[in-house]
Amino acid sequence: MDIFIRLLINVLEEGFIFGIMAMGVFISYRILSFPDLSVDGTFPLGACVTALLITGGINPWLACILAFLAGAAAGSITGLLHVRLKITDLLSGILMMTALWTVNLLLTGGTAIRQFFGMDTIFNWGPIALLPDGFRRVRILLMAFLVMIAVKLTLDWFFRTRTGLLLRASGDNGQFVTSLARDQGKMKILGLALGNGCAALAGSVMAQQTQMADINFGRGMVVLSLASVIIGTSIFRRMSFLRVTTMAVLGAIFYRVCLSTAMLIGLPTNYVQLLMAAILTLALVWGRVSAGGGVLRRGI
Amino acid sequence: MESKSEVIRLAGVHKRFNPATINETEVFTDFNLTVYEGEFVSIVGSNGSGKTTMLNLICGSLMLDCGKILLRGCDITGAPEYRRARHIGRVFQDPARGTCPSLTILENMSLADNKGGIFGLREGINRRRLDYYKSQLELLHLGLEDKTDVLVGALSGGQRQALSLLLSTMTPIDLLVLDEHTASLDPNSSQTIMELTDRLVKERNLTTVMVTHNLRFAVDYGNRIIMMHGGKCVIDAEGAEKSAYQVRDLLGTFNEISIECGN
Ligand SMILES: Nc1ncnc2c1ncn2[C@@H]1O[C@H](COP(=O)(O)OP(=O)(O)O)[C@@H](O)[C@H]1O
Ligand SMILES: [Mg+2]
Repeated sequence: MDIFIRLLINVLEEGFIFGIMAMGVFISYRILSFPDLSVDGTFPLGACVTALLITGGINPWLACILAFLAGAAAGSITGLLHVRLKITDLLSGILMMTALWTVNLLLTGGTAIRQFFGMDTIFNWGPIALLPDGFRRVRILLMAFLVMIAVKLTLDWFFRTRTGLLLRASGDNGQFVTSLARDQGKMKILGLALGNGCAALAGSVMAQQTQMADINFGRGMVVLSLASVIIGTSIFRRMSFLRVTTMAVLGAIFYRVCLSTAMLIGLPTNYVQLLMAAILTLALVWGRVSAGGGVLRRGI
Repeated sequence: MESKSEVIRLAGVHKRFNPATINETEVFTDFNLTVYEGEFVSIVGSNGSGKTTMLNLICGSLMLDCGKILLRGCDITGAPEYRRARHIGRVFQDPARGTCPSLTILENMSLADNKGGIFGLREGINRRRLDYYKSQLELLHLGLEDKTDVLVGALSGGQRQALSLLLSTMTPIDLLVLDEHTASLDPNSSQTIMELTDRLVKERNLTTVMVTHNLRFAVDYGNRIIMMHGGKCVIDAEGAEKSAYQVRDLLGTFNEISIECGN
């Protein structure tokens, strides 16, 4: 029983963290129909920026915000490559991802892993530190949930603002945005900035949870977040009371459940990437079979 | 007509597609057209005569090879489509292009109402203007005023097209451009939309360029008629001369040209 509770906590923890990224990828993939590969680079970017800042003594919450901004900057560059230089969506992402590898190495000071044990993180700074050390897991669960909810509520709000409506319209009918005398390209750049900002914020939270930044954090993040978004939006499509952001987070949790179950049954770690690819393939096929594309029509 | 002020002018326009390939098509060589304030121009012409291309050049969806486009005397030849959209309202043949299906009627109207303004982070739907939006929807006589929270994707083609018309004329514009906007509708909706167009154009004093396949619409509506063929205007009549035009006159000219071209 105990092992299940610990497993559940673990799944939720990771589900919340990856859920933050999944909400961002929802913007690029579902709203803009942009398969954004830069996420593989912006997730570790958030982690590396955080490691650098926290070792430098910066407040961990400020580090989160700056990580978000770093991701947003990288996302805008992906957008600029695509919109202004007319490079295809996939290639723009690949270019950004490749460039970020170097950026991340520079941030970690040339090492693959940069640790910051014992420093302030969002999990032990401020009121949450009042919870005794024995409750470390609860603290992590609680704070990861808080960050996730904050992002979710902000995005829900944003989607209802004028710019948010325009962003949603631009994925739906680009001509409509043009007719409103707005530049479609700018909306794309904005969407990619937001998406990658969320990915980097997730990376920042992940780094603070493990108290280190690993430049390999990014491996498989595109696949993971796409699978989360597709699973979430296909499974929960019929529950029209759920907002799309909630669907993305639930998708991320469901995805972690699949992985953890596989590990529990005894799948060797080396097979994880293969399993991830298999899950995404299934999700893509299933998403198309069960779809009709109606996800955006409801629930934002 | 004394000192009419010009709204849009195409001067010496050249446009060819796929230059220097076997698919090269020269659509316009030295094309000229001026549309004046208060004109409602109906444009007819065979397929491929360049009507859509001309509208695309005016709106900036296509850039011309040579020549000039002036909007109220301002050179907009190189301006991107989204900049021109501030001054030009446009309705397409496909009702799906003029509205956003995943947003509600109210959301669509709030966005259109804000055209040319700052979008920013204010609440997307403008509840204070709800009564105004409803009064606008009432003009359509389609009962949409009771459906403001319905997703536009759930509306019929005719309803969406009526809404597109409304959206494209919500803010003050210099020119309304209609590209066969009744062509993909059934005959009844087509008639309704045409009447609505006429009403909106008159109420708002809109200078309008309408391409249509329906010769009767071209004859019955508007105060200037143009027939295009091979990138030229073969008929251009206004005022009383326009009023005298009948569908059979148009058909006559149409057939003459076709015979000349050996079709
Ligand atoms: N994007 C394009 N690429 C190549 N040729 C085009 C394109 N758009 C139009 N054309 C050609 O230009 C000519 C005029 O087309 P169009 O303006 O659509 O005619 P209309 O609207 O009068 O039927 C046609 O011969 C058409 O094949
Ligand atoms: Mg046409």
